[in-house]
Amino acid sequence: MSIITATDTIAKSQYSHYNNKVAISRATSEPAFVRRLLISIVLLFLGVFLIVPLLAVFTEALRHGFATYFAAISDANALAAMKLTLIAALIAVPLNVVFGVSAAWAIAKFEFKGKSILITLIDLPFAVSPVIAGLIYILIFGMQGWFGSYLFDHDIKIIFAIPGIVLATIFVTFPFVARELIPLMQAQGKDEEEAGLVLGASGWQILWRITYPNIKWGLLYGVILTNARAMGEFGAVSAVSGHIIGMTNTLPLHVEILYADHQLAAAFAVASLLALLAIVTLILKTFIEWRVAQNAIHNESI
Amino acid sequence: MSTNKYILPGFNLSLGYTILYLSLIVLIPLSAAFIKTAELSFSEFWEVVSAPRVVASYKLTFGASLIAALINAIFGLLTAWVLVRYKFPGKKILDALVDLPFALPTAVAGITLATIYSAHGWIGAWLEPHGIKVASTPLGVIVALTFIGLPFVVRTVQPVLEDLEAETEEAAASLGANRWQAFSKIVFPAIWPALLTGFSLAFARAIGEYGSVIFIAGNLPFVSEITPLIIYIKLDEHEYAQATAVAVVMLVISFLLLFAINGLQWWLNRRNTSSH
Repeated sequence: MSIITATDTIAKSQYSHYNNKVAISRATSEPAFVRRLLISIVLLFLGVFLIVPLLAVFTEALRHGFATYFAAISDANALAAMKLTLIAALIAVPLNVVFGVSAAWAIAKFEFKGKSILITLIDLPFAVSPVIAGLIYILIFGMQGWFGSYLFDHDIKIIFAIPGIVLATIFVTFPFVARELIPLMQAQGKDEEEAGLVLGASGWQILWRITYPNIKWGLLYGVILTNARAMGEFGAVSAVSGHIIGMTNTLPLHVEILYADHQLAAAFAVASLLALLAIVTLILKTFIEWRVAQNAIHNESI
Repeated sequence: MSTNKYILPGFNLSLGYTILYLSLIVLIPLSAAFIKTAELSFSEFWEVVSAPRVVASYKLTFGASLIAALINAIFGLLTAWVLVRYKFPGKKILDALVDLPFALPTAVAGITLATIYSAHGWIGAWLEPHGIKVASTPLGVIVALTFIGLPFVVRTVQPVLEDLEAETEEAAASLGANRWQAFSKIVFPAIWPALLTGFSLAFARAIGEYGSVIFIAGNLPFVSEITPLIIYIKLDEHEYAQATAVAVVMLVISFLLLFAINGLQWWLNRRNTSSH
């Protein structure tokens, strides 16, 4: 990108005293009207598909004023849903982080047969419909499932209870940390870790002192994406939750119930909390990308 | 298997844990779907998965996903191009916003799109007098699937465009090529594999999508009912074997698609490394 910007600036300074025709014939850019047309098309497309929906969430949420808004988000059932959403994310995210680091370590630092199959298998949950993710846990832990009668006899509830919601959340967010870390750790190679080993570092010291500083931004990126998906998951959680208000409702399910009940302002008020989470996620993501770019420039200048 | 491949510690532990966790969370539960389907005889299975209402849902799900992925291929390429090549105010914010469909919970997207495109909504009220109905039609399904697939093409094409060196295009221009020739002969061949990958990812994501679709779709059988919803309805009716049969059809198609995408990636990596 910097090369293009640089040639742009040079071209502009060189040709500024010529007429437009010369500027248009610049080798690697389009005529001004084409550029304006393309930018307008993209602005229209992103405006309709991204900006209008984002504005609509907050407009609808505040349609009946702040009092209704705060009443909706401080409602006991909304608070219970918030709590459950946090619990599910607090369990799912760390488990998938441990898995992601472990999978990336094995795949990036070692050669073994079947590696590409393993990578594809890690991607599987991405290709599985969330409803199917819920279905498979019902087949195992539901009343007529594999462990149904055992769980019933021992009074353990998984489906239509919190463990089922946590499991479904883990499934749908399964690949994200691993997908971020595998290419990153593959690109970094294993020279630094091997140097540490030669100097007498233990395995955990290598992981903590050498690998972790190299991957921390990628890891954080993965954690943020996983968290956003964990807190926002709908289809899979909906299938296993049973929609018991105040008990097995997460925030997205609470939004659905309010919407189905025609309490639009309340539904959008709760939805706006999730939209804020999405905005914070995007800001953090942009910040991390900026930090990584800064680090890259810093490293190049050394 | 020379020993120097295994200098670093933790191979057995990390691979072992990876396979154990993968099996417990993903592989064994997914196998349950295939085992459950075995409870049905083949004719029973066929009757469920080829029922007219289910077939109508496949057509809608795959047709709308394909159209949405095509829309995203065209506009995603344009978006990536504009974000990489041009300067305009607000570009950085738009760039960050491209990931919104990935970060915004699908239920939120669902109720928002349903509201915007309803007869009294911001866009719906404007389209309705022109005879275009979006809510409760297949068009609504396409709108929702376009929304959730939006980041994929942009994010796969963008880095390739950024890495593209200006020299080849300059050479083309100095040899007398016009901008369109430079694009179609130089730029496009370099980015089409990324474009195809982004298209497939958007398509794969759209096929399974549930939350953002069901609110705007209105879910009329034979008209705007997607396959994941059919599975959900059968689950709700405790028809587990039937729900699983339809799920298996979707799983097989999704898996084939995923293997095709990963095969494409592998082929591209190999091509890239061999060309350098």
